[in-house]
Amino acid sequence: MKRFRIIPVMLINEGRAVITRQFKKPVYVGDPINAIKIFNDKEVDELVILDITSKRTRQAPNYNLIAKMASESFMPLAYGGHIRTMNQAEQIINCGIEKISFNTALYEYPETVTQVSDRYGKQSVVASIDVKKNIFGNFVGKTNNGRKSISLNIPQLVEHIVKLGVGEVLLNSIDRDGMRLGFDCTLIETFKKKLNIPIVACGGADSIEDFSKAIEAGASGVAAGAMFYFKGSFNAILINYPDQKTLKDKVY
Amino acid sequence: MIAIVNYGVGNLFAIQNVIRRVGGESIITNDVDEIRKADKLILPGVGAFGYGMNQLRARNLVEVLNEQVLGSKKLTLGLCLGAQLMTQQSEEDNSVGLGWVEGKTVKFDDRQVPVIPHMGWSDVEFVRKTSLTSNLDEARFYFTHSYHFLMKNKNDVVGFAEYGYRFVCAFQVDNIMGIQFHPEKSHKFGMRLFENFVNL
Repeated sequence: MKRFRIIPVMLINEGRAVITRQFKKPVYVGDPINAIKIFNDKEVDELVILDITSKRTRQAPNYNLIAKMASESFMPLAYGGHIRTMNQAEQIINCGIEKISFNTALYEYPETVTQVSDRYGKQSVVASIDVKKNIFGNFVGKTNNGRKSISLNIPQLVEHIVKLGVGEVLLNSIDRDGMRLGFDCTLIETFKKKLNIPIVACGGADSIEDFSKAIEAGASGVAAGAMFYFKGSFNAILINYPDQKTLKDKVY
Repeated sequence: MIAIVNYGVGNLFAIQNVIRRVGGESIITNDVDEIRKADKLILPGVGAFGYGMNQLRARNLVEVLNEQVLGSKKLTLGLCLGAQLMTQQSEEDNSVGLGWVEGKTVKFDDRQVPVIPHMGWSDVEFVRKTSLTSNLDEARFYFTHSYHFLMKNKNDVVGFAEYGYRFVCAFQVDNIMGIQFHPEKSHKFGMRLFENFVNL
């Protein structure tokens, strides 16, 4: 039996847990503290919390909320959103978070990423890479919640983040986000060829069968949002997560 | 009272949080007197071995820890880096450790594992019954590490996990216990372990 990590992603927009589609149209799915309690009861492997509140309304991390969420969690937590400085990262880690997830800062504040890696170890640093296909079908890295393209191509991007000292990659397919069409396995393979740190695939998961496909493509773990919040053909909001027996029978 | 030794590395609040949840009392401290007064000690830690040793030295904690752990035989639990520091030395920056147990800390053999670090949940097989690990058959724990223990004496080994190959993930020598995984992040399994530690 080979376990791999299955990670719910909780997006936060203005203090509320939301789900997006292709990084747009946030839909309210619940109160973050309540959601965390449920994920905790379900014994999820790990949780990724990303605050996507726009820069206009929020300039710095919401430490109160982070501390509350961390004190309700007995699982590993990664947090990302609005982190630019070492001091901010320190405060977040002091709230009880073990991994700092960087996206925009990878390109705009790279020295912060390296400082966190040097101070807390590579395993504490996640590069959250958002990728979208352009009209020619090529993968393009994005920042600022998918709004801005970065100038590095994929091999350059990989080289850049490895140099900064990140310990793993959360690889988000913007095209598949919230679409529940399965993971973009080509995207996973593209990164896997260049990287020898763990890749957590994100975007598109619809079933636990999709997990196995992402692992075969080279991911070390899988992450999903919509799949864990919505249940049934009418997409009722109901937090769900596969139990150990199902996982042992079907995917491990 | 459990003293969680604060030498500037690790997620101490998460540890205190679980201890509270299982009904124990703890204090996060680097104060020599508090460490002397405590009934038990936790040596936590994440990050690099050399950095961790330097932080212990910079806070003048090595002497009081030696006195309490080796002299007074205080029950002491090392977590992750904290447990690695209990060994004699590490391949990471070729640093010398506290040397409380006969063994060293070595890097995962990259020819035998898929990627380094080992990050995620693994089943743990406890091969020796100890009070710390009772009621933990079929337990899984969260790991995140690139180095692991290599114990000199088989009898000191308490548990194994597998990542590419079987490695020691828990040891105990008298009052000194070390575990590689993160019980503070391992749901009910970790809570049970802390409950056992509180009740020791």
